[in-house]
Amino acid sequence: MRHLIDPLDFTREETDRLLGLAETIMDKPSEYAHRCAGKILATLFFEPSTRTRLSFESAMLRLGGQVLGFSSAQSSSAAKGESVADTIRMISGYADIAAMRHFKEGAPFVAARYSRIPVVNAGDGGHQHPTQTLTDLFTIRRCRGKVGDLTIGLCGDLKFGRTVHSLIKSLVRYEGIRFVLISPEELRTPGYILKEVLGPSGHPFTEVRRMEEVMPELDVLYMTRVQRERFFNEEDYVRLKDSYILTPEKLRMGKADLAVLHPLPRVNEIDQQVDQDPRALYFQQARGGVFVRMALILSLLGLEPDILEKEGEPC
Amino acid sequence: MLNIDSIENGIVIDHITAGRGMRVYELLELHRLDTCVAIIRNARSSKFGRKDIIKIEGVMDVDLDVLGFIDDHATVCVIRDGKLLEKKRPQLPQRLVNIVSCKNPRCITSVEDVDQIFYLCDGEKHRYRCQYCEQLLSEEG
Repeated sequence: MRHLIDPLDFTREETDRLLGLAETIMDKPSEYAHRCAGKILATLFFEPSTRTRLSFESAMLRLGGQVLGFSSAQSSSAAKGESVADTIRMISGYADIAAMRHFKEGAPFVAARYSRIPVVNAGDGGHQHPTQTLTDLFTIRRCRGKVGDLTIGLCGDLKFGRTVHSLIKSLVRYEGIRFVLISPEELRTPGYILKEVLGPSGHPFTEVRRMEEVMPELDVLYMTRVQRERFFNEEDYVRLKDSYILTPEKLRMGKADLAVLHPLPRVNEIDQQVDQDPRALYFQQARGGVFVRMALILSLLGLEPDILEKEGEPC
Repeated sequence: MLNIDSIENGIVIDHITAGRGMRVYELLELHRLDTCVAIIRNARSSKFGRKDIIKIEGVMDVDLDVLGFIDDHATVCVIRDGKLLEKKRPQLPQRLVNIVSCKNPRCITSVEDVDQIFYLCDGEKHRYRCQYCEQLLSEEG
């Protein structure tokens, strides 16, 4: 039995096959409309989430399956002090697959160790969010034909942004990627990502402070939110925030086939006028997340047997 | 010169980096033993200048993973009938299970009763990460 806890739980080959399946489903959704008939997905959301939970539920419903679950710790037995291990043991008897979001880092890893059904990490605190990473890769593949031979700009909060760290770890498995890390000094990519992930990978990377410096070079621009509370003082925030807001003026400096991605929710880091630009792909990205999760559910349930190897790394 | 009796049967952990002897004592839980245990701190060493030594009477085995984690320069000498039977060098372990605890308050191990597991992420710098939250293990463990 396989789980998805860390974006690297799947090999690159498995990931590519999964993304290929997501594309097939996207092109012919009706052929998959009943593939999960009689199957139940449990959405165990110990922490509120709109997009991810609804995306998982939509995926299962579009496959003809059913969904049960809870959307906050208060409405679960965790409020009574039940452990994650006990919760997943119980859910293993009620559902065929589980998607778990938890405010504690590593909670889905614990769940996977005790579960009798496949567990998907739907976000654990500030740690991992592997289905977002798969969705990001899917969007890049869909718009550029493949993942590879690209200059990818990652912009905004590169220090605390979990989606950025997971994406970098996954992208280094592809050839020809050049990374451009765009952030204020205070929110630079953590040293361990540079030393343990990017450095050994051999992929070239540069760190810059301003988006305008590098805009014409980029094939993909991955935006993240710069949060006011991350700054030591208001002065720094006011001084820096405009460098990390994508406006139509900045976008004009970009290539004609640039792809602008964002894991959403967006606050003000992408001007709403940018939404009209065909290069703004973030809403397509969110929609694609449903197909990625459909492919994931089918694969983990063994209903598409050629996607994943039988055994991955043990949890 | 301080004299400590040599042991007949037991273990001598030699060449412990000076200052780490107490940590070895704690993590090997030597306080639980009811046999004779001696810690020698800052002993003279021709190789290292100073070193710590621990002598344990009546015990023939020691957790080399724990020792390797704290100090992989140490040497374990197994003594039987007053003679050196075997010398072992601990290796830096790939995994640490229930040796040290994760200090990240956001980690699931802060609230769930599960094994504390760390994996070696940088053998050169002896760095470990929590298996659950990937937080780097602090020097104090």
